[in-house]
Amino acid sequence: MSKVEFNKETGPREVFCGLTSIVWLHRRMPDAFFLVVGSRTCAHLIQSAAGVMIFAEPRFGTAILEEKDLAGLADAHEELDRVVNDLIARRPEIKTLFLVGSCPSEVIKLDLATVAEKLNKRFLGQVRFVNYSGSGIETTFTQGEDGALKALIPLMESSNEEKLLLVGTLANNVEDRFKKIFRNLGISNIESFPPRQSTELPKIGKNTKVLLTQPYLSDTVRDLKHRGCEIISAPFPLGIEGSTKWFLAAAKAFKINELKVHEIISPLINRAKLALDSHKEILKGKRLFLLPESQLEISLARFLHNECEMDLIEVGTPYLNKDLMKEEINLLPDNTKIVEGQHVEKQLDRVRESHPDLVVCGMGLANPLEAEGISTKWSIEMVFSPIHGIDQAADLAGLFSKPLRRNQILTSKTLVTH
Amino acid sequence: MELTLWTYEGPPHVGAMRIASSMKDIHYVLHAPQGDTYADLLFTMIERRGQRPPVTYTTFQARDLGGDTAELVKKNIKEAVERFKPKTLLVGESCTAELIQDQPGALAKGMGFDMPIVNLELPAYSKKENWGASETLYQLTRTLLKEKVSSADKINPLRWREIGRRPKVNILGPSLLGFRCRDDVIEIQRILSEQGIDTNVVAPLGASPDDIARLIDAEINICLYKEIAEASCEWLKRNFGMEYTNTIPIGIKNTIEFINEVHEKLDLPLTNKEELENKSKLPWYSKSVDSNYLTGKRVFIFGDGTHAIAAAKIAKEELGFEVVGLGTYSREMARQVRATAKDLNLEALITNNYLEVEDAMKKAAPELVLGTQMERHSAKRLGIPCSVISTPMHVQDVPARYSPQMGWEGANVIFDDWVHPLMMGLEEHLIDMFKHDFEFVDGHQSHLGHTATNKNNMLNSDEKKEKNCREGIIWTESGRAELTKVPFFVRGKVKSNTEKYAILRGIPEISDETLYDAKAYFS
Repeated sequence: MSKVEFNKETGPREVFCGLTSIVWLHRRMPDAFFLVVGSRTCAHLIQSAAGVMIFAEPRFGTAILEEKDLAGLADAHEELDRVVNDLIARRPEIKTLFLVGSCPSEVIKLDLATVAEKLNKRFLGQVRFVNYSGSGIETTFTQGEDGALKALIPLMESSNEEKLLLVGTLANNVEDRFKKIFRNLGISNIESFPPRQSTELPKIGKNTKVLLTQPYLSDTVRDLKHRGCEIISAPFPLGIEGSTKWFLAAAKAFKINELKVHEIISPLINRAKLALDSHKEILKGKRLFLLPESQLEISLARFLHNECEMDLIEVGTPYLNKDLMKEEINLLPDNTKIVEGQHVEKQLDRVRESHPDLVVCGMGLANPLEAEGISTKWSIEMVFSPIHGIDQAADLAGLFSKPLRRNQILTSKTLVTH
Repeated sequence: MELTLWTYEGPPHVGAMRIASSMKDIHYVLHAPQGDTYADLLFTMIERRGQRPPVTYTTFQARDLGGDTAELVKKNIKEAVERFKPKTLLVGESCTAELIQDQPGALAKGMGFDMPIVNLELPAYSKKENWGASETLYQLTRTLLKEKVSSADKINPLRWREIGRRPKVNILGPSLLGFRCRDDVIEIQRILSEQGIDTNVVAPLGASPDDIARLIDAEINICLYKEIAEASCEWLKRNFGMEYTNTIPIGIKNTIEFINEVHEKLDLPLTNKEELENKSKLPWYSKSVDSNYLTGKRVFIFGDGTHAIAAAKIAKEELGFEVVGLGTYSREMARQVRATAKDLNLEALITNNYLEVEDAMKKAAPELVLGTQMERHSAKRLGIPCSVISTPMHVQDVPARYSPQMGWEGANVIFDDWVHPLMMGLEEHLIDMFKHDFEFVDGHQSHLGHTATNKNNMLNSDEKKEKNCREGIIWTESGRAELTKVPFFVRGKVKSNTEKYAILRGIPEISDETLYDAKAYFS
């Protein structure tokens, strides 16, 4: 392991909660509905993060707790029952309904598991109910996906068939690319979790080899292990280096010759390097500060340093699972400063003191930093854009070079005044 | 429990944030979990603010709940006070903290600070954003002025004369995330100044706690947005005898009435009454011949109370539209909106459910929708032009250019914003004339970007077949041919009216004559 500096910080945070992950999860599984049991704040959060207005009727909503629901839990359970009935009558096409716990529902100890169990009996054969918590007192941002996937595992049937299971939400086009490459490598049985339809859950067992696509799935990984799955240890498929090592790790697990992997992916690598060059030119030598939000920060730091030659000032992460991130941390340059957790004020002090060229941060902080003359990149964009794989390496770099390029355009005089 | 897919208003603590972020030298410690920090983006992204809202979130976590969350609150308050040195501290909680009952306000008051501390109790499970903003401004005003209540005489609105200076007023209500507040303030101050009236304080937008403390230097209050400022105005009236205005100066008639009201309250003679009519282009533009085509245009209105009521008045009295629907999501303003609707022979729609609004919109078959950004999307789906008149805020509602809703310039802006989505009069006339030429594409709406989506009002051939029958009624060849000659934007309405008429009369087949019979019947 390289000599990475680990720090922990506590204090006021500026991070989304796990509910936010509904924004991409509902798109991944169009036959599912996400019903948050929470407050008006929860509803407002999701619509603010997702720009809900463009939908006629989104596939997510909030059962907003009212005063009378807080008075008696029995009534709250009944009320939730009523809301669910209305919802299913209105949206008969729903196949899976996620009951999503929130901060208030956790604090009043609303038992969504029991509610889900009862509903499962009533709607047997029509709708499946699963529950998980996206509450901000337990989860940050991407951890919501971890909770949702973990909740689905008990529904997955067992099978000892050998297969490669890609775990973590991917953009559909990226998923297709990955599957094609794996097929070319000779791995034919490949499935994804979450699947594109909530009802088409992969079967798992002791011959399932899990390859993670996202770094924020600690609980899901643990439960998959319990089901006998083998977890392939690899860095994450961001950038050329990460993706190459990711493919190699999978190939090794399937006893495929390393040379074959190189043979298949080297044309992709050459192409990607060419595309990456123009971004590297802008990013090279620029100083980067990553604030904690998506848990992708460590992989991004590795990519931006190793392949784009940026200098890392600080790499924040809301939560660090050293075991899951082992391969990534090994690839970081010596003396990288990783900070787990946050004291947003102290961290912003460090941002200002260190004069970074680029800060990766949440939407609440971006414009205030821009107003101070610091270029920023929203971290939420990483979870909404197809950034995985060798083919996307240049696009990923582009997300970071664009604000710098724009800054350059706006501050330079290129046209003569006639 | 209420199923909500989308909400017009946020929770009440977001209202409190609107007040805090609008002001200077103030800080808000909010006992809340980390997810609640999303609210910052409303200000930094939607309003494009270059400053973070002055809010410290305690961001307690599940593991803190077993321990001492009260200590966590105190630690955050202490740090926030040391770092930001506010002149007044707001302390409150969001929905989750309300449940754990740490009473952060009481904790803060026990910490021995010199500055005034406002303890905000905003019930998150029964109230919403605007109420929270109103309550915050009210509590802040009360806290900063309550010591002066007993000593102060009632304010005589005519005292400016004795003192020998121009009359002074406060403008209360404009805040961040309020609809065009930034520009309304400029416009209203300009109008008052032209009338020889000075502005003492604008609050909360741009005010400091010191400014709140000197509100009573003014003679009267201008209540610019009732949702936000009426409770504070009422308290100032009760305790200091300060009168406040009731008229919202949106539209020409209301602006003139507003100016009259201010003059009356201050006993200030209005010298330039005739000039007022010519301050805005709206009256002449509305009278000019092209605007003949605006007569009787069917308009559906939904928004916050203040803007919906104002829009109804302008639509009916200043532009000659027919208001076919009126509603609000502001429960606090429901009574006033109902009264206005009644005057228009309508039943007001009071709801927080946008799907209900969309249904009502569909049924009313309007030619123009005046609503929030959500109604803009609903109207787009229905192929109806729309202009946005109210919050909730969208980044498009914070235009770079000066574009108030209030006063003279506000009326100009409203004329342009409401009329441009419609077809220009001359253009409508030409389209009517040429619509039978083969080059003409039905549904053509020139500069409008939504020609293809006009499904509600147009019937393409597939839909014609499908929709041919309603309760067994058949459209004959001649009936159908006649229907296509009806301008597309009223065709849906004509079709349903004719069918209604046919059912009423027991006519099984609709011919061209039935169409005319129905037209005569409903006119």
